[in-house]
Amino acid sequence: MSASHFGRNDNVPGTLDRRAVAAELLRDPGDLLVVTGLGSATYDAGAAGDRDLNFYLWGAMGGAAMIGLGLALAQPSKHVLVLTGDGEQLMGIGALATLGAQALPNLSVAVVDNTQFGETGHQRSHTGLSTDLAAVARACGWANTATAWTMEEVAELTPRLRTEPLFAVIKISPAEVPRFLPPRDGAYLATRFRHALGLRDD
Amino acid sequence: MTTLTWQPGVYAALKQANIRQIGYVPDAGHAHLIEAAHADPDMKAVVMTTEEEGIALAAGAWLGGDRCAILMQSSGTGNTINMLSLPQNCRLPFFTLITMRGEWGEFNPWQVPMGSATETVLKAMGVQVRRADSPDDVAEVVAYSAALAFDSRIPVAVLLSQRLIGAKVFVK
Repeated sequence: MSASHFGRNDNVPGTLDRRAVAAELLRDPGDLLVVTGLGSATYDAGAAGDRDLNFYLWGAMGGAAMIGLGLALAQPSKHVLVLTGDGEQLMGIGALATLGAQALPNLSVAVVDNTQFGETGHQRSHTGLSTDLAAVARACGWANTATAWTMEEVAELTPRLRTEPLFAVIKISPAEVPRFLPPRDGAYLATRFRHALGLRDD
Repeated sequence: MTTLTWQPGVYAALKQANIRQIGYVPDAGHAHLIEAAHADPDMKAVVMTTEEEGIALAAGAWLGGDRCAILMQSSGTGNTINMLSLPQNCRLPFFTLITMRGEWGEFNPWQVPMGSATETVLKAMGVQVRRADSPDDVAEVVAYSAALAFDSRIPVAVLLSQRLIGAKVFVK
């Protein structure tokens, strides 16, 4: 198997600490609407600071980006950031085509990519074998994509992920970090999110 | 070209229910609704790669204050099963119109297994299922089923029977 289709080896893990990455991406989030994919992305976002406008998935694998799309369509004056892992995005890889076709100005996706299915015992994922998700997104029509390997590059992504339709892959270390468990009652998470947006109960 | 009879009434029922987003996987039985959605400047129409995306789209829409309807075919219902845990866990409304295959003059045997299992599968995942067989009351079934979904915040599916939409003709 060739190491790379694009002249650089993307199919290796990075060195960045995932908690430091999430803390940087979610620093002073204001009214950023955040949807997180199940597993470590949900734990990372919770560890960065629980807030009403974080909607954490604990299941529904593959659904994070599409939740972001429905939310961004409903709230065109606010920006939506989907924070998820490589495995979660791979399961919903068709959503990259659906989001690409909609080309919303207020929706970004950040994939923290450790090239492994960490939650289930660190089996290699497709991004550790052959797939470059940023390249997939480009091929689906995303005009703005990026791949970050350093914290300096991550810091440059933070404002872009709140102001432009950006699909970003952030290469992180597969090292285990302490568990942080944010709320997992879905009804509570949905209700507090809607109330924080000022929405009535019906 | 099929003459439109009940289809405009169904779109009107969706509008009356204040649906603002329609996600769909292309289907001949839904063709009028899909065209009407794209022609309507107040409707956001989303073509999806798989029906599973629609469950998540509808959840995001509700979180942001929009009502969403998902259009799919009975065969695609099988693609949504685990994702239906999302509206269940989060106490979200979910509303879908499902055109049935495999039940009335079906030519293609590959449509039969999932068509036969659609209602069972939906009920097993906690979805309320209603059925429209007649052009006379389909708009009413859609209207009251949408009210059930959004007022009670539960998942509801309306099956549009193959007898209603007409069996697909393969040999002309």
